[in-house]
Amino acid sequence: MADKAHGDEGGLAFHPMDQFIVKPLFGDGPVGMFTITNATFWMALTIVCIALLLVVGTRGRALIPSRIQSVAELAYGFIYKMVEDVAGKDAVGFFPYIMTLFMFIVFSNFLGLLPLSFTTTSHIAVTAILAMAVFLTVTIVGFVKNGVGFLGLFWVSAAPLPLRPILAVIEVISYFVRPVSHSIRLAGNMMAGHAVIKVFAGFAAIAAISPVSVLAVTAIYGLEVLVSFIQAYVFTILTCVYLKDALHPSH
Amino acid sequence: MATEAKDAAHGAEAASSGLPQLDITTFSNQIFWLIVTLVVIYLVLSKVALPRIASVLAERQGTITNDIAAAEELKAKAADAEAAYEKALADARAEAGKIAADTKAEMQAEVDAAMAKADAEIAARTAESEAKIAEIREGAAEAIKDVARDTAKEVVSALGVEIDEKAVEAAVAAQVKG
Amino acid sequence: MEGDIAELGKFVGAGLAALGSGTAAIGVGHVAGNFLSGALRNPSAAGGQTATLFIGIAFAEALGIFSFLVALLLMFAV
Repeated sequence: MADKAHGDEGGLAFHPMDQFIVKPLFGDGPVGMFTITNATFWMALTIVCIALLLVVGTRGRALIPSRIQSVAELAYGFIYKMVEDVAGKDAVGFFPYIMTLFMFIVFSNFLGLLPLSFTTTSHIAVTAILAMAVFLTVTIVGFVKNGVGFLGLFWVSAAPLPLRPILAVIEVISYFVRPVSHSIRLAGNMMAGHAVIKVFAGFAAIAAISPVSVLAVTAIYGLEVLVSFIQAYVFTILTCVYLKDALHPSH
Repeated sequence: MATEAKDAAHGAEAASSGLPQLDITTFSNQIFWLIVTLVVIYLVLSKVALPRIASVLAERQGTITNDIAAAEELKAKAADAEAAYEKALADARAEAGKIAADTKAEMQAEVDAAMAKADAEIAARTAESEAKIAEIREGAAEAIKDVARDTAKEVVSALGVEIDEKAVEAAVAAQVKG
Repeated sequence: MEGDIAELGKFVGAGLAALGSGTAAIGVGHVAGNFLSGALRNPSAAGGQTATLFIGIAFAEALGIFSFLVALLLMFAV
């Protein structure tokens, strides 16, 4: 559809956003709620990769780990330590949840870096759900654990009294902006990186600057590998930080 | 059916003009499959993967702790053995010193005894010899006195003088003595 | 004249919004540079603060991403 619409422009045409179109995997019908789309396919591939790494990779239960088992243990230790250090010892119960988020985001990001692939985490719908899940979890846990005391998060007792209402307004706003920035950060980073790669790849159509273009794509690709991991890390660590606020709201 | 077709047409239009991310028609699909994916991953992780990795890590930690404990034990044993060896060495040295001192003392005593015995024997022999010499000397003196007396008597008689036995004897004694 | 003034405004606005990404780059560089200078002064304390570093970078970058998003919205959605 999109190709047809752009088809007659000719020459140097960039369609950096076409890679994000959600379309049915089989046939060319409408995208309903249960349609198997390319998003579904890449999410399923994420599940398969996580299962390969964390389940099949560790099936040996070896005392001296194989390579894949080392990677699985590394990921486990990395997230476990993060939860323990940032969110506190009593947040360990949330470890499977945080591990799920991290593994899903990191694998979606890395699978999205494959050529011709579809990046599920570049869609604001996906990251918004992830961020809203974190936001709701944190809010509910905060009220269940601390009751009304959770509202003390917004009442900065360290500040002078006249300033406190103003600070409370700012704190409330920043609290509700959290899921927005949380989701847009991830989606925006993924989208921007892929669009930039696509734009540079589009320059390769001009023979004179195609070597520069290929070099630029390579460099940006390397940067994107880094960004993919760092965004997953940042998403996870911010989840831990918010969780710490919920468990220990005293400022 | 009709509304679906209209939605699809609208979706296609939105996809071709705007950002695919803002195409509302695909949201329900993505959200549904995302929730399915997250639930599946959560179940796989919490039921299979994480307990397994945790048990492997705990087991490894246990093994490492045991190994360290065993190493500590072996180290302590080695230290004990060394101490025992040192002690045995010191004992042996002390024993050897004692034996040497004993032997030396014994030998000294034997030597002393032998020396004392030899000294006593030598003293006895010396005394005996001295006694004999004194006797011989006594005998010699008597013999000389006899000879001198006899000689003086003969000389005096040869001279024809009355022999005054007592005077001769006194004169000889005076001569022999002086 | 081809196009209209609204089209022009859209592209100019998108370009101006894209400048925000550049300022976010300055912010990220500032965070990383200050972290490095602090880490070189006290290397033993640096290891525990990498999480804080990444959180700071993420916050600085999020605002740049917002302006990038505004540019995209102007280009494609408005």
